[in-house]
Amino acid sequence: MFNRNVENVRLIDTVTSRRASVGTLYLTATHTIFVENETEILTETWVLHSLVFSVEKQASTTTGCPLLVRCKNFQVLQFVIPQERDCHDVHVSLLHLSRPEHYEELYCFSYNANSDREDRRKAWDFINLKAEYSRMGLPNHLWKLTPANHHYKVSDTYPADLYVPKSATPPVIMGSSKFRSRGRFPTLSYYYKENHAAICRSSQPLSGFSARCLEDEQMLEAIVRSNPRSDFMYVVDTRPKLNAMANRAAGKGYENEDNYSNIKFHFVGIENIHVMRNSLQKMLEVSEAHFPSMSYFLEGLESSGWLKHIKAVVDAGVFITKAIAEEGISVLVHCSDGWDRTAQVCSVASVLLDPYYRTLKGLMVLIERDWVSFGHKFSHRNNHLNGDPKEVSPVIDQFLECVWQLSEQFPCAFEYNERFLITIHHHVYSCQYGNFIGNNQKERTELGLQEKTHSLWTYLWKNRTDYINPLYRPDHSQTQGVLRPLTAPYCFKFWGALYNRFDRGIHPRQSVMEYLMAIREETQQLEEQLASHEMKILNVEKQQKKSVNLETNMFDRSPAVWASPPSNSSVGLANTPGDYSGLGGFLKSPYQQKEPENSLLILPWPQELRKPTDPDLSTNGDDQESGIAGLSCLSPPNEESAKDPDSDETAYSAA
Amino acid sequence: MEFSEHIKTANVEDVVLRRPFYQPTKGTLCVTGHHLIFSNRGGDSARPFLLLLRNIDAIEKSVENLLGYSRLFSSTGQSQRPSVSSGTITLKCKDLCVLQLDIPGMEECLNIASSIESLSSLETVSEMYPFFYRPPFLSLQDQWGLSSTEQHYAQMKEIHDGWRVSQVNRDYSVSPSYPPAVIVPHSIDDETLVKAARFRQGGRFPVLCYYHRETGTVIMRSSQPLSGANRKRCREDELLLQAVIDGSELGYIIDTRSSQQAQQARMTGGGFESKSCYRGWKRLHRQLEKGKVLQESLIKLVEACGDQSHSVDRWLSKLENSKWLSHVQTALSTAGLVAECVERDGHSVLVHGSEGTDTSLLVSSLAQLILDPDSRTLAGFLGLLEREWVQAGHPFQQRCAHSAYSHVRLRHEAPVFVLLLDCVWQLARQFPLAMGFSEPLLLRLAKEVYASDYGTFLCNSDQERCVTGVKERTHCLFQSLLRANERQHYSNPLYERTELAIWPSIQPPSLQLWKGLFLQWTDDALHLVEAQKVIQNLVSQCHRPLNEKVENTDG
Repeated sequence: MFNRNVENVRLIDTVTSRRASVGTLYLTATHTIFVENETEILTETWVLHSLVFSVEKQASTTTGCPLLVRCKNFQVLQFVIPQERDCHDVHVSLLHLSRPEHYEELYCFSYNANSDREDRRKAWDFINLKAEYSRMGLPNHLWKLTPANHHYKVSDTYPADLYVPKSATPPVIMGSSKFRSRGRFPTLSYYYKENHAAICRSSQPLSGFSARCLEDEQMLEAIVRSNPRSDFMYVVDTRPKLNAMANRAAGKGYENEDNYSNIKFHFVGIENIHVMRNSLQKMLEVSEAHFPSMSYFLEGLESSGWLKHIKAVVDAGVFITKAIAEEGISVLVHCSDGWDRTAQVCSVASVLLDPYYRTLKGLMVLIERDWVSFGHKFSHRNNHLNGDPKEVSPVIDQFLECVWQLSEQFPCAFEYNERFLITIHHHVYSCQYGNFIGNNQKERTELGLQEKTHSLWTYLWKNRTDYINPLYRPDHSQTQGVLRPLTAPYCFKFWGALYNRFDRGIHPRQSVMEYLMAIREETQQLEEQLASHEMKILNVEKQQKKSVNLETNMFDRSPAVWASPPSNSSVGLANTPGDYSGLGGFLKSPYQQKEPENSLLILPWPQELRKPTDPDLSTNGDDQESGIAGLSCLSPPNEESAKDPDSDETAYSAA
Repeated sequence: MEFSEHIKTANVEDVVLRRPFYQPTKGTLCVTGHHLIFSNRGGDSARPFLLLLRNIDAIEKSVENLLGYSRLFSSTGQSQRPSVSSGTITLKCKDLCVLQLDIPGMEECLNIASSIESLSSLETVSEMYPFFYRPPFLSLQDQWGLSSTEQHYAQMKEIHDGWRVSQVNRDYSVSPSYPPAVIVPHSIDDETLVKAARFRQGGRFPVLCYYHRETGTVIMRSSQPLSGANRKRCREDELLLQAVIDGSELGYIIDTRSSQQAQQARMTGGGFESKSCYRGWKRLHRQLEKGKVLQESLIKLVEACGDQSHSVDRWLSKLENSKWLSHVQTALSTAGLVAECVERDGHSVLVHGSEGTDTSLLVSSLAQLILDPDSRTLAGFLGLLEREWVQAGHPFQQRCAHSAYSHVRLRHEAPVFVLLLDCVWQLARQFPLAMGFSEPLLLRLAKEVYASDYGTFLCNSDQERCVTGVKERTHCLFQSLLRANERQHYSNPLYERTELAIWPSIQPPSLQLWKGLFLQWTDDALHLVEAQKVIQNLVSQCHRPLNEKVENTDG
């Protein structure tokens, strides 16, 4: 395998294309590393091989041979390698490294987050689905746990533990599962204990044009009966009607209202994975354009259809939420196989229905339940291995975006922030943690992921202060109960923080969230400080009669840490003029040589070679990062940083 | 008073008012000279709803004669005798709110409608409400406005060497739309100014609007030179500009028209500064739309926001088609260019379009916000608006006669000031800590500019304001906004002053629709308002007092 470094490689800033940095490119077993060697402070760019989406070698020019690397987290890197031969080698190696053939080659099997076997084991128990079902109030007199799928003998893509109506007998379950694609019979996803209504999920029935299955009909009847206050249920087919009808020709299809007593059938028209894949591709082309006009952007956004698809998922979630919370009617959701659109719709509805899923731990549980356990094909959809490109589709991406769109509409209702969603998105692709490896529970058990890899959830929980939304108010009227979002078209926005995550110039230059998080942290410090002062005063008063010099070190925090409010926003301001002239740097500015690093992971020198850091934390919004760096050091902006707003390096070196 | 002539029916009972965020309520409607007053019949403590007639942009009425159905009505068991006819008036306001009044009685409805129509379109300045508004907290004896040119000049010690205040326009004879005093290069005497003014449209010769301390360069603005078809020159105008850049250096002229438009302007007597006559000055053209194009853009945008369809495609296509965000992008980008010339390049800039009363003001004030931390405080921003818009002669009365709903044929209407507010909102969104004022201030200004209790936005120029007695007989909005309790409401709780320039991103994903303004009457806006309150609480009620407490106990 190619395993050496190439010198004098240039990394082109794809956003402004004004400047390139020269450095050395290293390929390791897990990462591509670019070390810049011109600047005083060494800066590095780390890219996980598993995050590489495509590597494209372009026609070589006089200056070298360009290599375009696109990543699954929307980072785009353009290297120019002096020698064509080197470029070829890097290209071939990177293609090979980024497309492993076997699960065992994935990063999570070699990633070691410094914890012992026992801790690792315990960490996997952090999210426990049994606890989740009992949180919902299950099992109870209406719903029971069925052992039908133990050893995955009924459906190899379903989890072992499933909840079904009390009256569903094993023959009914078996019969129903034979009448459903991949044996995915109707089973419980979410139980709304306030009124006993439930969201159930399954795959499509194998009805063809006229086939019936008594057990399947009994299964649905059992679901209706398990909701004592209603005498019918909704069956929501998330596909466009045309697609569902086409499936009938292949012996599949949808439920005939005449055969099933007491169902109301409903199509919601979410497009399939292929349409979504192409839609994302189109939207990314628009978002990557250099200095596009507003019209180009809006027209492109429209023709990509992306926001339309997002709205369709939210609309379906709203429909189910209304049925459950307002009408008290249970719902069965399915699409074709019941692991893509069904997962999206069920989980969006859960977020709307239950405030728990708007908390950090709740969202983890929800993803673990509706996506991981119910067999969303993560490894196929997110392109973990060298596989069929037609299986790839941004399905969970759309769910995360739906949650983001809702959190934009209800800024106080979500405990987690945007960064949490972006971090999850990152790791769905990164293969750094074992959570999303494989396509179903059976595969995951066989791979021994819990023994061999780490869990993302514990990592996120340990760092939860980074992911808390400072505006979250558990007691706020917005937060409690069911969310009733507007779904007018203008409520859906382009999510620049994710899709333009590395085009730093596009994001707000100062972040309210970061500021409030800093304030919250400081408030906590102040409260501690206050308590300690009061204690001290109390003690002083007590001891005035006695000797006075006992507690000099009651608290060890230097006053400088808390004395001034966050006043270093200017450091976070590190920004430069955009290309206002429209002539690509027509004005000759003495500062232009020193433009900030775009889209790069910037770390102070020696640490980073020792351990591959989580790239997410360091790359997510560098401006905000630098603001925080400024806050933590809390020194007033010195002359230098005030004069040279371009240098992020100052902020980092100060930290 | 003669208002009574317009009022055909002053009072109607049992009117149902429907407005955003409120349940329909029944009450009494009263038409006065300047207001619609609606009071709840129950007479509970709720304050009556007051609508300035000036705020009404369009009025639509529909009447129904229910005579034939009266029997049907009485059989439904209503206790009251049903009215035999009724009407509905829809009021579309300049603040984009849409109200509906259900009025019993066809005749009353028509009378009310026609009263509103004639009263809301009264054009005489001295009859407008600001001349009658007498709040207890302000006195007519106070100085009208925040600051005069002389006071502004006096504060900027650093420019006293190179620049002076000229009173050449003290009787408005040199330029009818300029204020009496302006700041010009020290070396240029009044006589030269008079001659230079004759070479500029509307007499608007180049004047100083911003001095950049670090580089010693300036932003000036003017109207177009009247070079005309045969390329006339004006020695004095050239001298004036030469004095700005001291002969040796380079200066930039940012023309807010395309070069083609500038060429065409020569045919009607206007023109541009040719390279050969203005040595050292480099001209750049950036086309900013104004007038009718801008007004139609606003109309299309508001129409798109009111669209009830549920298609994302349709929404995005209408949003694009309105071009409003394109205008925002161009305005910010041109302002960025001006600021870049001054701060990064260290060269002075002259901004002008044709009249120099619209896009020039837009660009010069945005450039100042980018560069000048003083203009980003609450008082500083209001001061900037006073200097660059009110005193500089933006024709508010003409531009803001109607807003997005009016069916009246457009004459001089153009939402240039609203575009400015939108651009400032975009700046504040990208730099949420850098501005001393908050979104509610921008929203208040967007409302006041069309219909106000105050005289600030009346008339088209300083001269008109003097002639009509605005400065003696009305109150100044800016002063009112700076009173202690208002000041708190309009301050940004997150404000942390930065001395750095704030360079906005003009990439399309960075520019967003200003929901707070254009969708303020939808539920969506409500959640965001609540979020603002939470932020306010977080900062002011938790953090700051705690900080003080710690400091106190520390002592």
